[in-house]
Amino acid sequence: MNLFDNFKDPQLCKTLLARIHDELDGELRFMEVCGTHTVSIFRSGVRSLLSDKVVHLSGPGCPVCVTHDSEVAAFLELAGKNAIITTFGDLMRVPGPEKRTLKSAQAEGARVKVVYSPFDALKIAQDNPHDKVVFLGVGFETTAPAIAATVKVAREQGIGNFSVLCFHKLVPPALDALVGDPELKVQAFLLPGHVSAIIGVEPYRFLASRHGLPAVVAGFEPVDILQALYMFVTMRNEGKIDVVNAYTRVVSDEGNPKAVSIMNEVFSSCDALWRGIGLIPGSGLTIRDEYADYDAMRVFGMQLRDVPEIKGCRCGDVLKGKMSPEKCPLFGKACTPASPVGPCMVSTEGSCAAYYKYRI
Amino acid sequence: MRPMCLAIPMEVLKIEGQSAEVQVGGTRHVVRLDVISEFPEVGDYVIVHAGFALTRLDREDAIATLKLFEEGLNIELV
Repeated sequence: MNLFDNFKDPQLCKTLLARIHDELDGELRFMEVCGTHTVSIFRSGVRSLLSDKVVHLSGPGCPVCVTHDSEVAAFLELAGKNAIITTFGDLMRVPGPEKRTLKSAQAEGARVKVVYSPFDALKIAQDNPHDKVVFLGVGFETTAPAIAATVKVAREQGIGNFSVLCFHKLVPPALDALVGDPELKVQAFLLPGHVSAIIGVEPYRFLASRHGLPAVVAGFEPVDILQALYMFVTMRNEGKIDVVNAYTRVVSDEGNPKAVSIMNEVFSSCDALWRGIGLIPGSGLTIRDEYADYDAMRVFGMQLRDVPEIKGCRCGDVLKGKMSPEKCPLFGKACTPASPVGPCMVSTEGSCAAYYKYRI
Repeated sequence: MRPMCLAIPMEVLKIEGQSAEVQVGGTRHVVRLDVISEFPEVGDYVIVHAGFALTRLDREDAIATLKLFEEGLNIELV
């Protein structure tokens, strides 16, 4: 048996579950903010095994889902220009104004190419020296260093026809915004494993020190998730509220300083728009002036525009954890994975898509 | 289609400059090593996201975590 299979061990899961339910005092409302946690909690069946007192709130953890309507409109605007657009596949079907998508723009003749890595986008730029090639930069701290590194290589190799439309977002400022929401009443945070592999544990300390909330960096196997829930319970019972790294096989407390340094060399923080939440100060990344030649907003002279929200779509409330996906009037009717209305149903990591696929 | 947010552990087969050949589940890929803090060696497992190795997956730490469970919960795992 693979060593890492032990993190799925059914006996261990049962033992942890029993302890959580035996020792829990009152209600535990925990939020995860990572698409991979969302999918894992549903797929593994963990959600169905939790008692009513353990409430799972699925927060803004899917980068595609939190991309704002104005940003989606910018992708589509760019697709109308004389350029090759390169993107992660997840963005292809995200609906923008008038239900247009990158996929429909592609069908109408726009040159949109799906890549797995920003580095593949750079290769497309090298292979097409007479075209401008733009990479659509979405994602959290996990993705931003890869894109920053690609921009650095572009400059080192003198590739001048490559740029990035940069809408990266940062997790800790979003958590800070959600903690302050009285409707949500989040009591604990399951912190994203791979974002934390980059930024480490320090940026989350404010959750315990300022807000008195326990938080655990957790892996993605059922045992990881149950272990984190059990840690919330014991921290609360013992009155020792803290931010703890329980995913040490991947995450070191200090994170990945090299990746952070590359990210900070190319990007600086800025205010950013989140779907459903709105403007969060300091929660985005923008390209520094030193790398302005690689900033698609500046290369193409673009600005974010106000656009109407998608009619009837409640993705905003789902992303904040205020509405469970099946409570949305469109869920499973007008909005399905085959014909999605909102981004939470488009992305395989979106709460609505996960709920649709694994609902019991 | 592979979701962009997934980060997958892959085994390093070969390293050439800032690139590494890695494998997972029988398929091979080339990934970049620009942002990994601790340069991997052949045979290591790395977590890969969007074509870049982010970090090493620590086998010893995994064993240590499981040992803690064994002691705390009285279950044999490793």
